[in-house]
Parts: sequence; structure tokens; C-alpha cells
Amino acid sequence: MNRETRSSISSVVCVKQVPDTTQVRVDPDTGSLIRKGVPSIINPFDLHAVEAALVLRDKFGGQVTALSMGPPQAEEALRKLLGFGIDRAVLLSDRAFGGSDTLATTYALSCAIKKIATQQPVDLVICGKQSIDGDTGQVGPGLAHRLGFSQLTYICSLQEIDLEAGVIRAWRQREDGRELLEAKLPAALTITETCNQIRYAALPDLIAASDKPVEVWNVDDVGADRALLGIKGSPTRVKRIFAPPARQRGEILSTPGGDPADAAALLMDRLGERDIRLGGSRV
Amino acid sequence: MNPAARETAARATPSRFDAIIVGGGPAGLAAAITIAEAGLKVAVIERGDWPGSKNVMGGLIYSHPTSQIVPDFWKEAPLERHVVRRDMWMTTADSTLKASYETTDFALEPYNSFTVFRSRFDKWLAEQARARGAYIINETLVEDLLLESGKVIGVRTGRPGGDLEGNVVILAEGVNRFLTEKAGLGAKIRPATVALAVKEVLSLPKDRIEDRFNLEDGTGAALEIVGDVTGGLPGTGFIYTNRDTISIGVGVILKGLVDKVGESYELLERFKRQPQVKRLIDGAKPREYAAHLIPEGGYRDMPQLYGDGVLVAGDAAGMVNAVFTEGANLALLSGRAAGETVIRAGKTGNFSAHTLSWYGERLEKSLVIKDLKQFEDAAPFLSSHAHMFNLYPEVASAAMKELLTVDSLSKADKTRLIMRLFRSQVPTRRLVRDAYDAWRAIL
Amino acid sequence: MSDNVRSETDDSPKKAAAKKGRRGRGATKPGDIWVVVENEGGTAGRVSWELLGKAAGLAADLGSRPAVVILGEDDERLAREAFSYGARVAYIASHPSLTPFTADPHCRALSQLARKYKPEAILLGATTRGRDLASAVATDLKTGLTADCTSLEIDEETGLLKQTRPAFGGNIMATIISPDTRPQMATVRPGVFPLPEIIESAEGEIVSTKPRLGDDLPVRQLEFIPNPSDAVSLQGAKAVIAGGRGMKKAGNFALLEELAAELDGTVAASRGAVDAGWISHQRQVGQTGQTVRPVLYIAVGISGAIQHVAGMQESDIVIAINNDPDAPIFDVADFGIVGDLFETIPALIAEIRKRKTAGGAALDFTAGEPSVLKKAGKGAGKAPTEDAENTPDETPRDALGGGE
Repeated sequence: MNRETRSSISSVVCVKQVPDTTQVRVDPDTGSLIRKGVPSIINPFDLHAVEAALVLRDKFGGQVTALSMGPPQAEEALRKLLGFGIDRAVLLSDRAFGGSDTLATTYALSCAIKKIATQQPVDLVICGKQSIDGDTGQVGPGLAHRLGFSQLTYICSLQEIDLEAGVIRAWRQREDGRELLEAKLPAALTITETCNQIRYAALPDLIAASDKPVEVWNVDDVGADRALLGIKGSPTRVKRIFAPPARQRGEILSTPGGDPADAAALLMDRLGERDIRLGGSRV
Repeated sequence: MNPAARETAARATPSRFDAIIVGGGPAGLAAAITIAEAGLKVAVIERGDWPGSKNVMGGLIYSHPTSQIVPDFWKEAPLERHVVRRDMWMTTADSTLKASYETTDFALEPYNSFTVFRSRFDKWLAEQARARGAYIINETLVEDLLLESGKVIGVRTGRPGGDLEGNVVILAEGVNRFLTEKAGLGAKIRPATVALAVKEVLSLPKDRIEDRFNLEDGTGAALEIVGDVTGGLPGTGFIYTNRDTISIGVGVILKGLVDKVGESYELLERFKRQPQVKRLIDGAKPREYAAHLIPEGGYRDMPQLYGDGVLVAGDAAGMVNAVFTEGANLALLSGRAAGETVIRAGKTGNFSAHTLSWYGERLEKSLVIKDLKQFEDAAPFLSSHAHMFNLYPEVASAAMKELLTVDSLSKADKTRLIMRLFRSQVPTRRLVRDAYDAWRAIL
Repeated sequence: MSDNVRSETDDSPKKAAAKKGRRGRGATKPGDIWVVVENEGGTAGRVSWELLGKAAGLAADLGSRPAVVILGEDDERLAREAFSYGARVAYIASHPSLTPFTADPHCRALSQLARKYKPEAILLGATTRGRDLASAVATDLKTGLTADCTSLEIDEETGLLKQTRPAFGGNIMATIISPDTRPQMATVRPGVFPLPEIIESAEGEIVSTKPRLGDDLPVRQLEFIPNPSDAVSLQGAKAVIAGGRGMKKAGNFALLEELAAELDGTVAASRGAVDAGWISHQRQVGQTGQTVRPVLYIAVGISGAIQHVAGMQESDIVIAINNDPDAPIFDVADFGIVGDLFETIPALIAEIRKRKTAGGAALDFTAGEPSVLKKAGKGAGKAPTEDAENTPDETPRDALGGGE
């Protein structure tokens, strides 16, 4: 996408409403997912993405739009984000989107973002680094690729935006350290939880949120090709789901009154049987 | 898609409200619905993630008062089961004496009462308020009242730009009536007038519940249980049937507990182990724990219900009938009355204590104050007559057992034995005294 | 939604897959199993060799070859190292734009290679760069990608790669397949698969290519600051020794440091110890701390509340030391010692030292196949019907494949 030098930065933040994963279980008798009664929350990493967008708006002005693909109930999540004072909330909702894996999801989201880009500038697409239900971390890079945006993932700190040069500089958290990257705008970012602290929304914004609309778009609104959506558009399929094997109570090697040295020796023997190697040879 | 969103999209956000309601429970929401329906501007400020998220109840939702707030609510509200049978159990460590009432009438619309989950029900009720134009603000704690020359003119929250002004503030803040105290309307709650209730939700398949409790599809039972279950302390236990879970809990006056919450959970565990209770919940898997305080001071402990620019409703106003475990219905009714008061006062433009005193009058004429007055002695009576909760169940059990056991004694001998037992455990003088006190307290 | 998923049980897709399957036994020959080497300036990330070991097994099942992809600058040395770990082919793409790693040029290079040489599957380490690269390439090739697999197997009937991974924060496991697109892509976390044995004399075929890349990159690295050497890293540790309230005071953690030193492990703590101010929050394991999956987790003086267990339950082997026989930690421990930790830990240290002196060389901490596989193999976790549909109102796929 072309951009002339501008004086503000506008971003689209992709958010997802997810089940509170601490409460999701598989019924061990039937093997099915127990979703009933599990509250939905906004993916926590996405809140940091919203905060990052708001921080940039504080500094550079521009518009912050939240975009979410989900069932009608996801409107609740977007309304909550309106309470943070974002400018616009768009819900991409259609039965056709259901059952999408990350490839189909990034396709749908990119259609929506392209439509938004016809209405306002889109300099940044910001996502949380991963969702707590899927845990894949694939949507951010996938979106970057589809949109032809520069890809900046695991961003733990925003350094600066040089509007003249049309670049953003940010620190990326790697396993072995941090790297400072410079990316051409427009860019797609994924944000880590250490990047910022979620602000405490102002009361006037919370009240005003009730009066702000959540725009709802369907497949036709964004001109998406149905063959690339939902199950049809998803190359991956879930073959089966099951409860992870529960840890079982193991062996008690020693009780009080026993000789600690004996217990230690027995433990090391057991570890040796499990093929734990110490000193290059088995214990 | 929430149609309300499209409808409200066009209106301007107020910076000043006709009423600000602290607390999104039944009292607060009933007030909000009443006020919003009249076209006035009302905001509900709830500290939980959503209305109901912080609420727990060991009681029932009653059809009549609720339908006054939202007519035909049972058609759409998230309700568990409509209750057709009420049980009263007196327990000892190994026995139960039961009284039970069931009627086919309660199985017919509009029904009489329902078991619910407050986190779902209140949330739904809040949506009703929102759909009628009320502003529901969650995750926000009201820290203080805004005063001007002694008049309440609004609230202060901890948020940036967090002061909100309104004509009337309705304190529906719940049992810890912190702002009510700040407004000078009432004293801090005392351990002697508050009960701590702990509750567990156990899951059991729907069919098994209906089997166990002998219920028809979709109907429910509510059991109130006294005696051994509270370990001799004044209080009651309850068991309610939900769709595919059972709520079981026990509440005792706080003052009687040394290690409060821990001891309460121990009581619950003991309750669950009682043989007749155990059989009822056998195989049910624990899903959730919750605990909550219940105001049980009754009429004597109520705060002032109104002041300049302020009204108090629901648990914050101590509106709980402990004898009948009614609280939510009184909250709804008082909330509605508070709402009506705001509308009335709005017409005059005067929000002084004098104008708002209409609220007190309204409640005095309704069952809310009438019932609370009638049972005003109940809580102190029960507190000071703890033996009602252990002695009488024991004696009754022993008597029944003797009566029903067929052994070598003749019926006449048995009768004599029972009378002797009675007299030794409960001297006639005391029996008469207790009967008299109970009559005075409850009738 | 559910209807679509239920179509898994219909005849047509399965028959078609079965027809497509039986590869290497008459129909088109399956392609190779590729592993993308994490090339950090000429040194390979260990996960690359772990995956290569797995790839060799998968390739053998399919009748094709394990291969590596090395993106960087003239890395024949790495190719030879790959052969010693079992690769039979090494595709090398050299270009200055490939160093240091940024996603865009690596994505282009890998996509070009995949389009030309048509692998059956591509495996990458589920590291920050691996995930970025995998997602970009999968999007480019319009193919299926499964993240964080804990198990990979070839389905006997269909010849497809069965990719098993946790979802919903580890509360459920899902097996995923990509039946219609190639290559089948998967990322795997370091430490899930064991390191294969080295065969010094192994040889293989080197395919050197020059990728079509520009010099003008959308993202460039300006600076890199490595982690300070004293930074606490619980994540990569193979052995974690965690102390709880039973430790009684901060000074006693020195005992755990000593044990950790013997096991080349890291000291961690439960929330109780952190809240007591005995140790930094950086070392906290649990729901409000970190989740760790080491080979060995030793819980010392920790009661085992569910909030703590949530953070370490995926460890391969859990050892608990506590003087309370009723402590819930024993319900999740493979081995438990009920006793005084202040006597047990020194005894353990002494025993380890004794055995080391007898055994000799430096510490190398590895285990057999990860515990999830072990336990899954024992038939734990009752399996539902083979197909994915579970609840009539929704499928789990939204979470498992979709979203971030």
C-alpha cells in the first residue's frame, strides 16, 4: 500500500474473544469439550495491543480501530474496548467464518483490513503475540504476509516512529536477547505482555462507549471469497481432541523416620531406570 | 448483534445523570430499569466484571416481584428450575425429620419461584436495563460520595475523570454498606447481625437430579435444613436443584465463628457428610465454591433509608428476611420503589430528604417493611436461643425414633418413655417459654 | 459448523484420502521431510537436530528422506553436521540478505525451495523466529501449519502427518491433520524430542541454491543485545528445583542452588516463597508465574496447590519432597519423599556427587520420549470416537487452528 508522509499514525488492532482457558476442560467420559458456563474474556495479549495503539495515538494522533472476527457475542468484547476510548469497533461476524483455522482467519481479517483501508489510512496492524486458546501466534505473521506489511513480532518495546522516513523502530524479544528492528511502514506488529501496562479507562470513555456503535460486517460486506473461508478454506482439520493424561500419583520412596541417604539412593536408581543421564552415563 | 447498540448509537452521552446507582445487583438493576423506562438518564456503577459476577445467593428468585420489574421475565431470563416443592428438614448427626410441601400449581405459569445462578441472572437483568437505556459501567468501584453543603450530589470513582454528578444517588451497594455509613445513614455492620454463608455448586446430570429428588422434567426443589448441619450454631443449610447442578450451602451468624471462612467450609463439609444429605448428593462433583455475607439484623439494624440526594436499597438497607431466606425479592421491590421515588422527585426538581422521604412511606406500606417489622425479633431470638438449633432436633429425632421402632415395649410404655425424654431434655417451663418467645418473634 | 466437521466421518473425504494415502506403495511417491535449521551465525539451534531425529523416523515410515534447509551464507559445514545427525539431503540457500534472520527474506527463500523441490512436510522449531517463518511461509504456500506439536506420527492408513498439540492453555490435546495441502507444516518446541545419536561418517547430498532476493529489506536489524549472563531463565532449563514455604527462609535457598548446580538446573519457587519475600518473582512457577516443562521438576517444601501445579504439570518427571504426607503435591509427583527437606536435600546432593565421581564426565541431561507420549501410549486419557466433532454447538477448531 502506498503512503505519503503523514502527520499521524492510524492502526487497526486485531482482537479475539476467547474462553477463559483456565476453565476449559474435556469431559473425560465423553471426550467432548466442556464450554458451557465458561466465561469469555478478551485475549489478554490483545489488551496490550490495544494499549500500544492508544500510546501511539496519544503521541501521533490518528485513529484506533479494533477489529474482531467472531460470533455475535464478541460484540461484548468490542464494546469493552470502546470503553478504553478507541475510535472505532468492527465485528466481522458470519456463519461462513466459523471453523476457520489460521489461514482462513488471516484471509478474512485481511479482507476486512483492506476494506478499512479504503475508508481511512492503515499504518499499523497490531495483534497480541498469541491467543490463549489457540496459542499458535500465527495470525500476526500471516496477516503481515497477506497485506504485504513489514512483520515485527514479539515486540516488547516501541522505540519510535519516524514519519519522515516512514519507518517504525521497536525492540523484539528473542529467546537469547533483544534486537532493535527498523521496519518500513505499513507494518504488522505482535505485542508481548511486557510491552506496556493496560491503562485504567477514564470514566467518561466508559460511559460514552454505550453510545458508540459496533459495526458488524459479514462476508459480503468485505467481499471475501467463501471458498477461502471456514472449514473449506482451512487446510488443517482437527482429527480428534482428548483430555491430556492426568498426572498420576507415583511412588512414595520414603516416609519420615527413614534414612535420607537411602531415600536419595533409591531416587537416583529410579531416575536411572527412566533413562535420565548424569555424567554422560546412566545413573 | 445487540439491537440496543444500533438504537443508542445516535444519542448524546450525558455528563450528568438523573440517578446514579451504586451496585448492579437486583436492587440497583430494578431501580435502573424503572428509571430508564421513564426516559430518565441513569447510570449503574458495578465493581465486578459484570453485574452478578460478585453475587452469590442461597435463595430463590420469586416470580411475582420480578415480573413487576420485567413482565413475563421467565420466558427469557436464564432460570434453572421452577420450584414445585419446598422441604424443611430438622437434622441430627444421623437422622432427619422432614416437612415437605409440593403443589402442581407451582408448576404452572407464572410459577412461584426459581433457582438461579446470580452471575447469569443478574447479567441478564442488566441487559434489560441497558436495553431500556441505562448505562451499565462495570469494573468500577465507587470510592466516595460527592457532597455539597451536606447534600449528596454524585459519586467519586477511582478512574481518571471519575467523578459523576447526579440528582440522586441510590446506594444498592450490598451488605458491606460502606457508602451508606459514609453518608451518615447507618452504622457499620456488626458480626452479631451478619451471617457468613458458604456454598458449593456440585454437578450432577439432569436426569439423575430428577430421579434423586423425584422431580418432573424441569421442575425443582428447595430444601432448608436446620439442626446438626450448623454444628449447633444458629443458622441454616440449604440445597437447591439447578438444571444439572445442585447448590448446597450453609450460613451461620458470623459472631459464632472463630476462624470464620475456614470454619464455615468445615461446616459445609460436615453438612455434606450427614447420611441423608450425603445420599442425596452422592456422585455429584464439586465445581465451584463461593462465600458471601448476608445481613441478618433485620428491621432493627436497618439504616436510614433516605437523605438529601440519596436513597438506600437492598442488602445495603438490611432488607433480608432471614426466617424465610428472602432477600432478592425485597431488593427488587425496594429498588423499584427507589426508582419510582427518583421519578417523582424529578417532577418537582427537589431531591431533598423531605421529598425523598416518600420512599420510606412507600416501603412502609408495602410488604417490604411490613415483613421486616414482623420478624424484627427473629434474628436476636435465634441468636440467643441457639439451642433451638440443636436441642429440639435431637429431642424430636429421639421421639420419632422411639415411636417408630418396634421392639418389646408397648405403645403406652413408649409414649411414657418419650414424655420422660422430653421432660428431661426440655423442661416444661422452658418449652413454654421457647414457644412463647418464638410466637412473639415470628408472628 | 458441526456438519462440516461431521463430514470427517463421511465416506468421500476419507476414501479420497485413503486413495491419496498408501503413498510409496503404488501412488505418487511422498516427498521428503524437511527440517529448517535455525542458523544463528553458523551455529545450529539444538532444536533443529532434535527435529531432524524425528524427521528421520517419519521419513522412514513414508519411504522418503529426511532433509535439512540451511538459509544463510555458504553453510556447507552445517550441512555436514546435519548429515551426522541423520539428514540425507541438505538444501542450502545462500544470500547476504539472509543474515541476520528477518522473516521476509527467509520466507521468500524457503517458499522458493518448497515450490521447486516439493517436500512432503516441513518442520521448524517453535521458537520466535521459527514461528514467524513458519506462519509466513504457510500463508504464502496456502498450506496447513500446526504450532507447538508435542507429537508427530505418520498415519498408517492415510500416510498423513498426525500433529498433536495442546490447546486451551494445555487443558485439552488435539490431533490435527492437513490432508489436502502440501507441504504439511508443523512447529515443535525445543526439548520435546530427544537429540539423535551422531554418526560421524554419515554422508548426504548437498543442493546449493541461490534464492531470488532483493537487497532492499522491509525489516532490518539495527542492534542486538544478548541476555545478561545472570538473567534468570526458567524456560530452557532441563531441571528445575523449586522451593516453597517449607524452605522457611531466604537463606535456605542456597541449599537448592547447590542441588541445582549438581543437576545443571535452575532454582525456582512457588508463590508462597515469593510472597514471603525469600526469592524474586522472576523465579515463580505457577498460574501467576511461569509455566515450565523441564525434564525434571523437583518440588521442595511445596504443598502442591492447583495454582502451582498448573505451572509445572507438563514436566516429564516430578519429584516431591515434603514432610506432610497429605500434601497434594504427592498426587502429581512420580516420586515422593515424605521427610525433612533439610536432611533429604543434602543426602541427595551427596548421592549425586557419589555417582558422578563413579561415572566420570560432565553432566548431560536428557530423557527418553517426553512424558506426554509415554502416557498417551499407555492409553491414558480415554479417546473419543476417532473424529473431531464433539459438542453439537461448536467445534474446538476455532481455537485449535484459528486465531492467534
